[in-house]
Amino acid sequence: MIVSMENTTTSAIEKKLHQLRDQHGVVTLGRVLTLVILAQAGHSEAALEAANFASHEHPCRIIMHVAHSTADSTRLDAQLRMGGDAGASEVILLHGYGELAVPTETLFSALLLPDAPIVAWWPHGVPRSSPTTTSIAGIAHRRITDSARDVDAFRTLEDLSSRYVPGDTDLAWTRVTNWRIQLAAVLDQAAPAPVREVVVEGAGRSPSVVLLGVWLATRLDAEVSFINAPGPRRLDRVTLVRDDGEIVLERPGRAVAVLRQPGQPDQQVAMPVRDLNGCLAEELRRLDPDEVYGEVLTTGLRDVRVARIVDTAGEMLPGAAAFLAAHGGEREHTGELPSPVSTTVRGEADA
Amino acid sequence: MPDKNPRNPLRDPRDRRLVRVAAPSALVLFGVTGDLAKKKLLPAMYDLANRGLLPPSFGLVGFGRRDWSHEEFRDVVRESVETYARTPFQEDVWRQFSSGIRFVRGEFDEDKSYEALKATLKELDVHYGTRGNHAFYLSIPPKAFETVCQQLADHGLAHHEKASGWRRVVIEKPFGHDLESAAELNAIVERVFPADSVFRIDHYLGKETVQNILALRFANQMFEPLWNNRFVDHVQITMAEDIGIGSRAGYYDGVGAARDVIQNHLLQLLALTTMEEPLSFQAHHMRSEKAKVLASVVVPGDLAASSALGQYTAGLQGGQQVRAFHEEQDIPADSRTETYAALRLDINNRRWAGVPFYLRAGKRLGRRVTEIAVQFKRSPNLLFEDNGHEDLGQNVIVIRIQPDEGVTIRLGSKVPGTQSEIRDVTMDFGYGHAFTESSPEAYERLILDVLLGEPPLFPDHEEVELSWRILDPFEECWAQQETMPEPYAPGSWGPAGADELLARDGRVWRRP
Repeated sequence: MIVSMENTTTSAIEKKLHQLRDQHGVVTLGRVLTLVILAQAGHSEAALEAANFASHEHPCRIIMHVAHSTADSTRLDAQLRMGGDAGASEVILLHGYGELAVPTETLFSALLLPDAPIVAWWPHGVPRSSPTTTSIAGIAHRRITDSARDVDAFRTLEDLSSRYVPGDTDLAWTRVTNWRIQLAAVLDQAAPAPVREVVVEGAGRSPSVVLLGVWLATRLDAEVSFINAPGPRRLDRVTLVRDDGEIVLERPGRAVAVLRQPGQPDQQVAMPVRDLNGCLAEELRRLDPDEVYGEVLTTGLRDVRVARIVDTAGEMLPGAAAFLAAHGGEREHTGELPSPVSTTVRGEADA
Repeated sequence: MPDKNPRNPLRDPRDRRLVRVAAPSALVLFGVTGDLAKKKLLPAMYDLANRGLLPPSFGLVGFGRRDWSHEEFRDVVRESVETYARTPFQEDVWRQFSSGIRFVRGEFDEDKSYEALKATLKELDVHYGTRGNHAFYLSIPPKAFETVCQQLADHGLAHHEKASGWRRVVIEKPFGHDLESAAELNAIVERVFPADSVFRIDHYLGKETVQNILALRFANQMFEPLWNNRFVDHVQITMAEDIGIGSRAGYYDGVGAARDVIQNHLLQLLALTTMEEPLSFQAHHMRSEKAKVLASVVVPGDLAASSALGQYTAGLQGGQQVRAFHEEQDIPADSRTETYAALRLDINNRRWAGVPFYLRAGKRLGRRVTEIAVQFKRSPNLLFEDNGHEDLGQNVIVIRIQPDEGVTIRLGSKVPGTQSEIRDVTMDFGYGHAFTESSPEAYERLILDVLLGEPPLFPDHEEVELSWRILDPFEECWAQQETMPEPYAPGSWGPAGADELLARDGRVWRRP
């Protein structure tokens, strides 16, 4: 059922919700959270679809705020979707114009479920202001950003890092979960040996590539090299260089990865590229802060030892160059590290 | 198998996205043509692959009598995956999954079949990288267990010192038909596989359900203080099916509802409902608490008066004419096998002494439902005595297992108006509403646990034997007195004797 309301207020919306529930027996059973989606005008349906999908695992009230032009006269339009039109959730679409184009806590407070955790999600990227300073984000338990929408991965991550507070999370991190699972499983079974270098290859614009590299390098106490290839924003290959040989996990297509280890036949692993629906459902599974992500984003990005960043796509993005400059100096300073296995010069653009 | 690298720097207890993936391994499925394999096991394996949770190089070997090639078996698997899998079919994933599928044609008692199986597993180890880790899923009648286990041992396929990887075996209920046969069966299996490599599976009772019950009891503060003989009047545990025995006559005749369901499923539910809080979810902690409470179950002195048996008759059930039990194919006219059984048990410990537990299971009952109903004692109701005692019910907490898993609480509430009238209302919580609509199927978790070697929630042989110790006296009594099950109409809630069983204690069955 879809009900549209024009030029309205949130208390009118709440009243309408009650009325619909009484008249049509549309009930809200066991809602576990309120998901607030902060979208831009024009392309919000994909995010809503993902939220509806995720609601099958985590029934929630979805409040989607669509920011229209601040230049318009101030007005709030709403659309309520319940029952079959809303997955296992109820959806409240708020179109805010003028002053209401800014999602504030006071705009939402009448519509938030009592006691239930609040999750804020920016499907179109990273908000310009700090996620915590916009007031709806300030009261949210989890704040989900998507840094992959930004052009310069390193710069976006530096930005997120500088204003990280527990409860922040990013879909770029969610997208590498399966890679992390498989790599951890490989090291469970491999004889312990130090990892000399971690090489991650993929699209230079993908923050997932960076996060995975930083996580591996800091955990394994190794240097990391980023090989940036042009092409779709994907992670292509991870290599762990050890004394006894290289462990390579590579996904040439979209579904099946190949695992190579010294002294073993190649192994195939089903590892399909994850869609937005799956990622959001994973994000909603835990509502406490993801401390590991926090570490990777803050201390990890700061302390990681970078061997090289190779950009086959052409010139290096400013963020990557700045990152390399910051970390290269530190590397020389420590001075006791093994030299990278490859002879490639740091920062070189490799054809 | 313990990990070679127990101090894996990538592991971090705080990193809860990092679920474990099993080591490369092959699963050998005996009984590939069965319904369970087709509808549950094969789709579950594919779903795991689709979710990226299967180990790399996962091999699946079908073992059966059919004259299939690897290719034909792959088609069979594909068909069942396409029909029953929970996740969407993806060609790429399928291609990878199917490259590890093999079929071995053979008979359970034929040496050369096991040689062929051995060769196939060897080939998977060498060329596919399964590294000598093999699990055997015996989805076969229990009478074949001994042959298969012995053959596996004779051909060096079971556990032995020179084996390079792990060996595990999965068996499904029923685990024997009485204490003696259960012990025998256990001896057979454990002669060949060490105790911690044997996974006994009750597919009615998924791990999720077990954890849900424990979470309700122990993750909350408000229920546990009431969970004892001071507040609880009695407990009813029901497993009702609306279907008849169908084509299972060969298995069902001579077994009956009590052995088929009460011994394993209902007694496990009883144990989970009544056990003390385990120290952790670890296998030995869970099992010792369950075993403790099962060991303190006492069977009543007058067994015949504390039990009721029934057989369904022919008739209309929900608008459909159905056959009587005796008219089912291959059921002898004089069969005394019960299709309905109800019994009363007591638990002789400090928490539960004096609280009767009524267990019932049956076929062709009103509807398909499994539930645990904890009935609380009546409140004194001094304040609301105008209502008359009858109107005011008792509080009930119903743990619904299936379908529509969840919890219902019945409580008295005031009827709006000037009089102070009280009526019972229900408060409902459904896991389906709150979480699980697309959460993993029980079989996915089960297969993953077997591959990971995590047995905690599967009953071990001690629990199985304790359960038989509870049921055997009833079975012996029924056999001795040649108790003829009472007839009951299909679609009803069982024979009159079952109602009398509760009436003797001044109680009535809930209508689930």
